[in-house]
Amino acid sequence: MAVEARRYGRGIDFGRAGIILFLTLLAAFMSLPLVFMVNQAFKPVEELFLFPPRFFVRHPTLRNFQELLISTNTMLVPFTRYLFNSVLVTTASVALTVLSASLAAYAIAKHRAPGSALLFTLVISALMFAPHVTQIPRYMIVNSLGLIDTYWALILPALAAPYGLFLMKQFIEQVPDALLEAARADGASEWRIFWSVIMPTARPAWATLTILTFIATWNDFFTPLIFTQSEVMKTLPLALITVYGGPGQVARYGASQAATFLMTVPTIAIFILMQRRVIQTMIYSGIKS
Amino acid sequence: MEQVTRPSARVETALAGLRMVVKAGSWWREVRRHRVSYVFMAPFMTVFFGLTVAPVVVAVYLSFTYFNMLEPARWVGWANYRSLLLDDDVFLIGVKNTLLFAFIYGPVSFFSSFTLAWLINQLSRLRSLYTLSMYAPSIVSGIAISVVWLYFLAGDRYGLLNHLLMRLGVLDEPFLWLRDPRTTMPSIIIVALWMSLGNQFLVFLAGLQNVDPQLYEAAAIDGVRSRIQELWFVTIPMMKPQFLFASINAVVASLSVFDIAVALAGLPSYLYAGHTIVTHLYDYAFIRFEMGYAAAIAVLLFLLTFATGRLAFRMFSTHGAY
Repeated sequence: MAVEARRYGRGIDFGRAGIILFLTLLAAFMSLPLVFMVNQAFKPVEELFLFPPRFFVRHPTLRNFQELLISTNTMLVPFTRYLFNSVLVTTASVALTVLSASLAAYAIAKHRAPGSALLFTLVISALMFAPHVTQIPRYMIVNSLGLIDTYWALILPALAAPYGLFLMKQFIEQVPDALLEAARADGASEWRIFWSVIMPTARPAWATLTILTFIATWNDFFTPLIFTQSEVMKTLPLALITVYGGPGQVARYGASQAATFLMTVPTIAIFILMQRRVIQTMIYSGIKS
Repeated sequence: MEQVTRPSARVETALAGLRMVVKAGSWWREVRRHRVSYVFMAPFMTVFFGLTVAPVVVAVYLSFTYFNMLEPARWVGWANYRSLLLDDDVFLIGVKNTLLFAFIYGPVSFFSSFTLAWLINQLSRLRSLYTLSMYAPSIVSGIAISVVWLYFLAGDRYGLLNHLLMRLGVLDEPFLWLRDPRTTMPSIIIVALWMSLGNQFLVFLAGLQNVDPQLYEAAAIDGVRSRIQELWFVTIPMMKPQFLFASINAVVASLSVFDIAVALAGLPSYLYAGHTIVTHLYDYAFIRFEMGYAAAIAVLLFLLTFATGRLAFRMFSTHGAY
């Protein structure tokens, strides 16, 4: 708090006012499409095809959502099953990605075991390989493991995301060694150090990774498309593409706008939830050297 | 003389052998001492080798074959690479567009993300609201957002941009923003930049939180007066690990531009004006099913990305090597 007071308590600061004005304008501009999307979801059909096009909704209606639910009810599988699949796959992917990446990153950043530098180099190199072409060999491997059309096929490939390990390693490297030595002197096991020292200190990092993984998995269209066969295993993005009917389609345009809105709500919710952990004045500053 | 040196040479060899045994022994002891570390790495590395390294190795092998996924792969040596580099004009258009995209998108997204994160971090109140509105474009799924952008950039009079410009008298008739070769790539770059603040921005924000506040106090005592000085002498040196992450991210993202290009300009785009290396790859992999050729494109793209990535490592690495 003392630092905040020293840095910001200088009375009226015109530079600061300018920054706030600039940021506010930019923030307003950046959020325009999101605002537009929300408005579209609640527009009645007449307003959706109005000319000249109107940005804001005049007479909000829930008819698009009704239409969405009716059109998806005629599908083979109830809408709730897609929702369940999406929630299960996303939750498991996020939890396992963050855990496996953090564990490996801690070992690489702080233990310096023989071979770990080489492993890290490999991970970074893999990051630079265009993922599209590895999808075919990956499909062959997942297939030979007998995992096609199971939840594992949707969860496992996301688990070893190179960028997750990279991100966590970059942050954990900044945790002072003195902190770990102090914990070791106190007789803490490596497992204990990981949970009680590393994870709390690297909180901005894993909160960031959680947000990134959640958004990537929730919106992922390609993985469920190639790794699932039966209708009951499909996730929301796949279910919704049938509502869209492709870009430029007029049919069910309103329903597609409602679907877009519904797809976005969870990602925004998780972001608001987790960003408090990303943007948090360091309460752990006391234990940083 | 020789009589004397020969036994000593034999001793030397014996000693060298012994040293190797000792070295191997101590290496093995090191490995054993670190067995907990290997347990920590095991879950990630098992999946990584099985589902990432193995596919990459297979893909590199396929790049030397003709493989259409129906017949077994047939070895063709360097033929794929030769025709890519010498005969494939469309590939060269893709390379040109990708490089143009990368040169603008990479640096601009990197610096604007950092500047914005730094500015927002200065605020004490409403930080989360600003963060949300800046990050919003990255939250929305690509499919969803292309619907919005197509509405903005539509080539007929219903497009918002055309509508505005015609109203202002700048244009007499609707302009085909995504069809005209002159505006295709610029449109893609602008939309990409608008969406790009996301990930790197978030990493920078987290990195700024990781800088120890005590360092700023120490710096103030040492004579740092302005925020710009604080930024230069304290923040930037402390952010090196995040800079490295973000720059590698920017390199990979800008050289593998695909989703936005396809969503806006289509595949294939009109006169290949929005064609990139990865759209070329996708074309051969999933439309023509020439996996060998597609794999060769991936390998060339990898070499390009890796070379650029090395540059980023040279600039931001903290420990010299990785």
